[in-house]
Amino acid sequence: MLVYTLKRLFIAFLVALTVSLITFSLTYVAGDPATAIAGEAATEADIEYIRELYGFDRPILIQYAEWFLNAMQGDFGQSFYFKLPVADILFERLPISMTLGVCAITFAISLSIPLGVLAAMRPNSFLDRLALGISVVGQAMPSFWFALMLIVIFAVWYPILPTTGSESWEHFILPTIVLGYYATPAIMRLTRTGMLEVLGSDYIRTARAKGLPQHVVLFKHALRNAVIPVVSLAAVQFGFMLGGSIVIESIFALHGAGYLAWESIGRNDLPVVQAVVLIFSLFYIVLTFLSDLLNAWLDPRIRVG
Amino acid sequence: MSAVLEVKGLTVDIPVAAGDLHAVRGIDFSVEKGETLCIVGESGCGKSLTSLSIMGLLPKRAKIAAETMEFAGTDLLGMKEKELASIRGNRMAMIFQEPMTSLNPAYTIGNQLMEPYIRHKKASDKEARERAIYLLERVGITAAASRLSQYPHQLSGGLRQRVMIAMALMCDPELIIADEPTTALDVTIQAQILHLLAELRNEFNSALILITHDLGVVARVADKVAVMYAGKIVEAGTVEEIFRKPLHPYTQGLINCIPVPGKTARGSRLGSIPGIVPTLIGDIRGCSFRNRCAFAHDACDTADPYHSLAPGRGYRCTLDVATCEANAKELVSA
Repeated sequence: MLVYTLKRLFIAFLVALTVSLITFSLTYVAGDPATAIAGEAATEADIEYIRELYGFDRPILIQYAEWFLNAMQGDFGQSFYFKLPVADILFERLPISMTLGVCAITFAISLSIPLGVLAAMRPNSFLDRLALGISVVGQAMPSFWFALMLIVIFAVWYPILPTTGSESWEHFILPTIVLGYYATPAIMRLTRTGMLEVLGSDYIRTARAKGLPQHVVLFKHALRNAVIPVVSLAAVQFGFMLGGSIVIESIFALHGAGYLAWESIGRNDLPVVQAVVLIFSLFYIVLTFLSDLLNAWLDPRIRVG
Repeated sequence: MSAVLEVKGLTVDIPVAAGDLHAVRGIDFSVEKGETLCIVGESGCGKSLTSLSIMGLLPKRAKIAAETMEFAGTDLLGMKEKELASIRGNRMAMIFQEPMTSLNPAYTIGNQLMEPYIRHKKASDKEARERAIYLLERVGITAAASRLSQYPHQLSGGLRQRVMIAMALMCDPELIIADEPTTALDVTIQAQILHLLAELRNEFNSALILITHDLGVVARVADKVAVMYAGKIVEAGTVEEIFRKPLHPYTQGLINCIPVPGKTARGSRLGSIPGIVPTLIGDIRGCSFRNRCAFAHDACDTADPYHSLAPGRGYRCTLDVATCEANAKELVSA
């Protein structure tokens, strides 16, 4: 297990390094950064001055090394727009997105895994159809429309929940439902497929032959094996949710990191965009690493690899 | 002596697209303490479904019925799932064909061995652990204590089958059902496992039902034999009777397929039974072996009477005993 963990950790580190390189190169993707900062009315001399001021005239490798070392210490430079340290802006916005992400994935998992298990227990039953219906609707319905419908129901017809802002936990209920429901279909279908396959396997028959009660067969013997692909999928979806959804954050006026990224792209505020991309990528890398560890704990055969 | 398991008129029907598949069509057998019953037949004859129906492990859509299906005097068919579960793995246990896939890959050997003992005997972890180590040693696994923390993928097929046997024995069952326990194993391991099964049956004084398609296995361990064909028992008897004086043409054909060293000429063709098993969907009349039988005549189209010669000895055929005995004699001397 230790060897496996170290291996995974090393791979995660390499991926993180690659991502940081790509993120850094974003500086130059949108054209000459000095021109962008200087603005439209700038003279050639102004641009040259800014190029020197920001250090864009130095060799690219040195620029990368400096940016990387600073980023490692939590210094992502200054926002072009706010003229404030990027880190300050980011750490004001991130908690909102992360709260929403954690709530949404918890909601999604606690809805989809039990539903998937129930559906697999009685394939083609009413319950299975119902679960299928829920997932088809979730897959087909655009989240912005679902969000608007929830607002109409819970804020207009029955005004019991707030719809804008992030001041209290109640503000997170509707966004959580919308974002979590979006992730439910895939997790549920994967759980169902996995359970169906596992329930037909020889070791489940062995477990039944041992006289174990249904819940032990289902949750001890079957679910642990069925849930392995679900873990990987949920990790990716969690990564997506942590990053926040621009659509959902806009509708509910939750000014999280996703919304910030969208704003900053519009303002050409590159340091912010860079930092957001880097942080979100790191979320994915950490989550993938954790899901690999979780899977290795679930299935001892993975630990060997 | 009272039977551990008494089955009369067991039928299993499985609904398929074309109608009902009559997989098991009214079979009778019984097995007593310390006795080994071998159910022999080719794949698809219903022998595995028979064993699963005793354990109550048939798929839900299968329809099962019987005049009698009593385990130690209690009716199995009338039991609720809960009562049945308290017997399964406790008073009757099953060993499956596929040791490679019959153990849960996610749990240690120890965990899976101890599970039924803790559940059925209300034993502590420590007691269950000791019992598991004792049985692993008993089934011939070395370094038993350290095996408990190993996972199935770390063991070979032969070892896994030994673990399965140990698992079946955990609660000291009165009845052990082994469904093709050696089919998936190397020939050298097969003999060891069979020997072990026979030895353990004596030691634990339980009844053993061994399901197999291999007459070599039957000859080694059986006391009683039931030959199944197309969902019916076509012949039953002691192992001596079946091998020395097979009466049913199918049994005769099976025995004719076994090469005998010194008797079967080198390079000669081994015996085989031509044709395939008929489909068992819909209405079935007459003898299902008639399309493959060298002795088939008109009467076989409509009848397949069972001749009971003695308790536990009989055959299902339109031919009379004298004719069958004559056929057998010819076969044995040939």
